Amino acid sequence: MKKPIAVAAGLLLAGLFASVAQAATTLTVYTALEADQVKEYKEAFEKANPGIELRFVRESTGVITAKLLSEKNNPQADVVWGLAATSLMILDQQGMLQAYSPKGVEKLSPQFVDKAKPPKWTGMDVWAATICFNTVEAAKKNLPKPESWADLLKPVYKGQIVMPHPASSGTGYLDVSAWLQMMGEKKGWEYMDKLHDNMAQYVHSGSKPCKMAAAGEYPIGISFEYRGAELKGKGAPIDLIYPKEGLGWDLEATAIMKGSKNLEAAKKLADFSVSLPAMQLYEKNYAVLAMPGVAKQNAFIPTDYAKRLSHNNFAWAAKNREAILKEWSRRFESKAAPNS
Amino acid sequence: MLTQALKNRLPGRQVAHTRADAEGRVATLLVWGLITLLALALGLPLLFIFGKAVMNMDGHWVGLANVAEVLDSPGLMRAARNSLTLSLTVTGLVVPLAFAFAWGLTRSRVWGRELFRQIALSPLLAPSLMPAISLVYLFGNQGLLKSWLAGGNVYGFWGMVLGELFYTFPHALLIIITALSASDARLYEAGRVLGAGALRRFFTITLPGVRYGLVSAGLVVFTLVITDFGVPKVVGGDVNVLAVEAFKQVVGQQNFPRGAVVGLMLLLPAVLSFFVERRMARRQQAALTARAVPFAPARSFGRDLAVLAMLLLISALLLLLLGVGVGASFIKYWPYDLSFTLSHYQFDNVDGGGWSAYFNSLKMSAAAALCGTMLVFVGAYSCEKLKVAPVGRALLRFFAMLPMAVPGLVLGLGYVFFFNHPANPLNFLYGSLTLMTVCTIAHFYTTAHLTAATALKQLDGEFEAVAASLKVPFWITMRRVTLPVCLPALLDVARFLFVSAMTTLSALIFIMSPENSLAAVSIITMDDAGDTAAAAAMATLIVLTSGGVSLLVLGLEKLLGRQSQRWRAPR
Repeated sequence: MKKPIAVAAGLLLAGLFASVAQAATTLTVYTALEADQVKEYKEAFEKANPGIELRFVRESTGVITAKLLSEKNNPQADVVWGLAATSLMILDQQGMLQAYSPKGVEKLSPQFVDKAKPPKWTGMDVWAATICFNTVEAAKKNLPKPESWADLLKPVYKGQIVMPHPASSGTGYLDVSAWLQMMGEKKGWEYMDKLHDNMAQYVHSGSKPCKMAAAGEYPIGISFEYRGAELKGKGAPIDLIYPKEGLGWDLEATAIMKGSKNLEAAKKLADFSVSLPAMQLYEKNYAVLAMPGVAKQNAFIPTDYAKRLSHNNFAWAAKNREAILKEWSRRFESKAAPNS
Repeated sequence: MLTQALKNRLPGRQVAHTRADAEGRVATLLVWGLITLLALALGLPLLFIFGKAVMNMDGHWVGLANVAEVLDSPGLMRAARNSLTLSLTVTGLVVPLAFAFAWGLTRSRVWGRELFRQIALSPLLAPSLMPAISLVYLFGNQGLLKSWLAGGNVYGFWGMVLGELFYTFPHALLIIITALSASDARLYEAGRVLGAGALRRFFTITLPGVRYGLVSAGLVVFTLVITDFGVPKVVGGDVNVLAVEAFKQVVGQQNFPRGAVVGLMLLLPAVLSFFVERRMARRQQAALTARAVPFAPARSFGRDLAVLAMLLLISALLLLLLGVGVGASFIKYWPYDLSFTLSHYQFDNVDGGGWSAYFNSLKMSAAAALCGTMLVFVGAYSCEKLKVAPVGRALLRFFAMLPMAVPGLVLGLGYVFFFNHPANPLNFLYGSLTLMTVCTIAHFYTTAHLTAATALKQLDGEFEAVAASLKVPFWITMRRVTLPVCLPALLDVARFLFVSAMTTLSALIFIMSPENSLAAVSIITMDDAGDTAAAAAMATLIVLTSGGVSLLVLGLEKLLGRQSQRWRAPR
C-alpha cells in the first residue's frame, strides 16, 4: 500500500522540479499591458527571435511601479515592455534604466521618445481617458449623456460613476494628472472633491470601470479607449464619450533595466518594440502610435482623436506622482475599492 | 553491576541492546528532524514578521515607529474598526444559525439529515470568493433579486456579512454538531421525571452542555472573518477592512514594514482566541462519562416539521449562493445576453494564468495531500507513540498546535519576509510550487494533526509494548500495524488537505509568482480586471474539483472499510 503512494509522491515532486530546468535565454519582462494583448505580443516577438523566451510579469501600473522600485537593489526584470512613461521616468530618476538606442528608433515621432541621448525609454502608443456610458441603463434611469468632465458633477449622476484608483491604475493616474494640469491644482482638486460625491467606487484596474459599465453594474465608467472599443465591438450597449475639455493620456513605453544579465536579448526586445511589425500589433489596439503613418481608423474612435488629447507635461506628472497620490489618498481613500 | 556483568557474558543480549539503542537514536533523530522542518516552515517565518515590523524599508532598526505610523493613519484605523464590527456581526449571526441547524440535525428525526448535513458543509468546497461573486449576481446593481434591496446596494458592509455567513457557516456547524452529539440522555430523562418542560430542559441541559462548543465556534468564526479577504475584496465596495489593507500594503505598494504591522494586528485576535479555546478545552474534559447513554430524540411530528422548514430554508440559501455563481459562469453576457456559453472557461484572454493556474492548483493540492498526510502521520505518531526525547516531543506538539493560532494571511506574510530574504539559502524556493505546497501544509497542519492523533490515541499502547518486547523496531510496527489501522483517518486528512489547498487564498496570494499562478488566486485577479464571469467559471472549477475528490475519497473509504477495517465491526 505504501509503495505506490511513495512512487506517486516521487513522480509528483519530480514534476514540480522539472519545470525549473529550461534551455534558451529567458527574459523577464514586467508589463502593465492588458492581459488580452500580452499573448499576441509575446508570440510575435518569440517568432521573430527564436531562442529568446519571454516570461511576463503582468500587474496594473501602480503595482508594477511599486514592485520595480522595491526591487531597486536586486532587480528581477530585464525589460519593461508596456508601462506608463510617467512611471518609467520615475525609475529613470532613480537611475534604474539602461540607456540604449534601439535600431530604427529614428523612425518614431521624437515627442514619444526620451530626450536623453541615447534614450532611456521609447514610446509604443498613446492610451487616453474615455468614458464608457451604458445607454440601456441610462435610459432606465433617465440619465442624460454627459459630454464633458464638468457634466459628471451634475447631481443626477450621484452614485452612478466608477473610475480606476490612481495609485493602482495608470489609467486612474492619467485622469487625475490631466485634471490637475488642465484646471490648475486648486481647481483640479476642487473638481475631484465634487466628483467624489458622485463616485460609486474607485476600482483596481483601468479596464474594470468600462467592464462594469458594459455589464450595467454602473452606467458610467471612466476608462480608456481600447477597452471601450473592444467591449463595444463585442456588442456591449455602451457609447464612448471623449469629454470635450480634453483627454488625459499617457504613453506606453519600453525600457531596459540597468543590471540586466541578459543585455543582448534585452536589446533585441527593445529593437522589436520600436519596429514596424510591433507597431502593427499596437495599431490593433490603439489609435495614436509612436511611429507616424501606421495608425488606421477604428470605427469607434473619432478621426480627430489625436487633437483631443490634453496637453500633458510628462516630467511634471512623473515628478509629482508620489505627492499627488498621497494627497488623493488623504482626500478620497474612504471610497477606494479594496486594492492598492 | 550484576546486569552489566550478565550483559558482558551474554553476547546475544548485547546485540539486542545496541539495536534498541539504535532504535532510540533513530526515534530521537526523527523527532528533532520533524522539529527542524516545522521550525523552518512555521517558526522562522513568524519570527521574521516581528523583525520586519520594527525595521524601515531599508532594513534599519526603527523600534515602534512603524506601529506608531499605522496607529496614526486614519485609513488603517478605520479599516481596523470595520474589521472588528464585521467579525462581531458575523459571529453574532452565524453561531445561532449554525446552532439551530445543528440542533435540527442531532435532536430531531427529520428525514434526510445526512443530506442536509452535506449541503450545509458544501461551502467548504468553495473559495470564499464564490459567495461574493454569487452575491454580485444576486444583489448587484444588475442582480436577479436587486429589487429586494429596495434601492440598497450589495457593495459594502451587509454584502460582506452575507458572504462571510456562507463562508463560515460550515465551520461553526461542525463544532456545534460535535458539542451537541456529546449529550447524556439520562440527564434529559431525569429532567423529565422531575417535571421540567421541553423549554426548561433546553435552557438547563442542552445550552449549558454546549456552551463551550458555542464559544469555540464563535472564536473560530471571528478569526476566520477578520482574516478573510476574499469576500471583502469582491463585495466590500467602499468599506475597507484590515485583511485587504495588509494585501494592499504588501502587494500593491510593496510597503513590507506596514504590512508586517497590519499582519501583527491580525495575529492578535487569533492568538487570544487560541488561548481561550485551549483553556476551555481543558475544563470540558469530563462532559461524557463511560456510563452516559447517547441521546435519541423521540418522535414529534410538530417539532420535526418546524425543523424541516428551518433546514430547508438555510440549505436553500446556501445552495443559492453556491449555485448562482456556477450558473453565471455559463451565461454569455450578463444581463444583456442570457444564452448559454462555455466561453468564460477559455481563460487565455483574461488575467490570472487561466488553465495553467488551475493545473498548478491541482498539482499543488495533490502534493500537499500526499506529502502532508505522510508528514502529519509521522509527526502524530512521534508525539503519541514514541517514548524518546520528551522535550523534543513537547516542542513538536507545540509546533503542531501553532498553526491554529496563526491566520493564513499572517503566515503568508511571514513566508514573504523569510523566504524572499536575499541572504536566505532557501531563497531559490521563493515563488515555486514547492514552497506553496510547504506553506499550505503548514497552514492546515493543526487540524490534520489532531485528526491523525485522535486516530492514534484510539489504538491501544499494547501494540507498541508487545512489538518492543518482540524486538521489532518501531518503524516496522508503524508500517505493519499502525498505518493500516489508521488509514481511514489518513484518507480524511488527505481529503482535508486537498480541498483546503484548492480553496485557500490567504497565505498563497502573498507567495504566488506569476508563472506559478493558482486557481483561487486567479479569481481575485480576474475580478479585479472586471472579468466577473471568468472568475465565476474558475470558482466553479474549484468547487467541482474539490467535490469530485471528496466523493472519490469517500468511495475509497467505503472500499477500505470493507477490506481492512473488519476488526472494528462489533462482534
